Amino acid sequence: MKIKSDSTAARSEPSLIMLFVGHPGALFGGIALIAIVVIATIGPFFAADPVSINPISRLKPPGAEGFFGTDMLGRDVFSRVLNGARVSLTVGIAVAVLSVIVGLVLGLIAGYIRALDSVIMRVMDGLMSIPAILLAIAMISLSGATLSTVIVAIVIPEIPRVVRLVRSVVLTVREEPYVEAAIASGTRTLQIMYRHILPNTIAPLIVQATYICGSAMLLEAILGFLGAGIPPEIPSWGNIMSEGRTFFQLTPWIIFFPGLALALTVLAVNFVGDGLRDTLDPRIARTMR
Amino acid sequence: MLNYVLVRILSTIPVMGVVALFVFILLRLAPGDPAAVIAGDYATAEDVERIRQQLGLSDPILIQFFRWLGGLLQGDLGTSIFSNQPVSILISQRLEPTLLLAFTTIVFSVLVAVPMGTIAAYRSGHLIDRVVMFFSVGGFSVPVFVLGYILIYVFSMTLKILPVQGYKSPFEEGLGLFLAHITLPTLTLSVIFIALISRMTRASVMEVLEEDYIRTARAKGQSEYKVLLSHALRNAAVPIATVIGIGIALLIGGVVVTESVYNIPGLGRLVLDAVLARDYPIIQGLMLFFSLIYIFINLIIDLCYTFLDPRIRY
Repeated sequence: MKIKSDSTAARSEPSLIMLFVGHPGALFGGIALIAIVVIATIGPFFAADPVSINPISRLKPPGAEGFFGTDMLGRDVFSRVLNGARVSLTVGIAVAVLSVIVGLVLGLIAGYIRALDSVIMRVMDGLMSIPAILLAIAMISLSGATLSTVIVAIVIPEIPRVVRLVRSVVLTVREEPYVEAAIASGTRTLQIMYRHILPNTIAPLIVQATYICGSAMLLEAILGFLGAGIPPEIPSWGNIMSEGRTFFQLTPWIIFFPGLALALTVLAVNFVGDGLRDTLDPRIARTMR
Repeated sequence: MLNYVLVRILSTIPVMGVVALFVFILLRLAPGDPAAVIAGDYATAEDVERIRQQLGLSDPILIQFFRWLGGLLQGDLGTSIFSNQPVSILISQRLEPTLLLAFTTIVFSVLVAVPMGTIAAYRSGHLIDRVVMFFSVGGFSVPVFVLGYILIYVFSMTLKILPVQGYKSPFEEGLGLFLAHITLPTLTLSVIFIALISRMTRASVMEVLEEDYIRTARAKGQSEYKVLLSHALRNAAVPIATVIGIGIALLIGGVVVTESVYNIPGLGRLVLDAVLARDYPIIQGLMLFFSLIYIFINLIIDLCYTFLDPRIRY
């Protein structure tokens, strides 16, 4: 039988270096993620034009015509995958930032102002019960598919998770003696929220934002794959795979390479998320590690 | 007890109301004239007018909402713009493949994930635990459709032991054909569900294993198998059931993608056909339908808590 140790609770400020030394998954994820960001930023400058059509070399397997072969219009799949990385990272980061900001505000209000709590939470319950893919598809098909509508359409279904998280933190923290002391000494509500409650939400929010980034990239690719995402002219991973469907049995590489890139990126993000969770949030880490 | 059940059932009403309101508002919030958006870029003025009439978009918004809500309460989910058939009929025609796929997936996932998570918790920190946890993170990272194509590539194209695509009804074409066609879609859809359930099973079994009554059970000479099964797993049942309920939303999303990869004529295909045809009433109807199923399943699971854990009393 193991005896529960409370060493985690006594640990002081978690350092980022500790995170990567003590956690092989996070180390792998961090390095892979940095590599992916670098490749996505500078890679497209060195690769072929992702949209230039070359009818002579259509559907060529990986080899002389290009690392990852060519697609049905003779476009270089390698270069398209490189460019797709930019789209995926943009969507992932934008969705994570936006949903955390909106969710944080709503969560603080719900947790702190009793009168609005049940209204906000019922709306969130309702939002959560609509499947994310359907909600996104509906919003995109109504407002037209552009990069920004796709981002908004993925943000909306992610918000309830953030609100719930922030609200639960607020509900716990507001019972703490130091908050009661602050209330008793007449500190203004906004001040209490900013000085005492907000800092407590930051660690779990960083962890949550990482997971949201990963799932947003997956959802963006799924939407693209279904033909309901970013316009087909833009080489996103989902769009490349969507185009690869027709000839899948002949040219499986058109789906496999962007699929592999997507899976690796999301895996790296999730590993970093696990590392952050274990370092920043020892309470959850105890059961999840 | 009866009181609780009643309150819990009633508590689904505001949630369903929010869903209905949200689905209703979505169309009206869209930029531009909703009738024109639905009609598409090549529509004539008559088409737009016809759609406006059909959806009743020229009436005051409150009247629109209550007429729509009244229809919903009578089971009227709207009418398809292109086929002119009620959405509820279209849904019922496509229900069978989706329901069966969801059913095989849930059964398969639970059968695999619960033992997997339990063993991982029992051997926590060992190799088998790390393998399970790696699989779980991986399951969340691989997109459903990529997995689907990998399985098609391996089992249908290379090994040639399973059909590539399609769906065979067990009621019309026999159980054998049905199983052959449903195997790959089930595997595909199960991976993310297994990742979710095994993770939760591991976490909650690990927590239970630290309880005093587990030590007591061991001290009185109970076999490890019995300790795990009737003490640990039994007490971990509630969080596992909860995560299965929450996972239904994930499952519904996965169904849309999986049906598209394997060409299964279910509700997922209906969604995609509707997107391509810009048949918004169908999307709207399906959003409501799936949300209703999600709310209903979670209600059932909530009500099952007392049976899963007799300590819970209301």
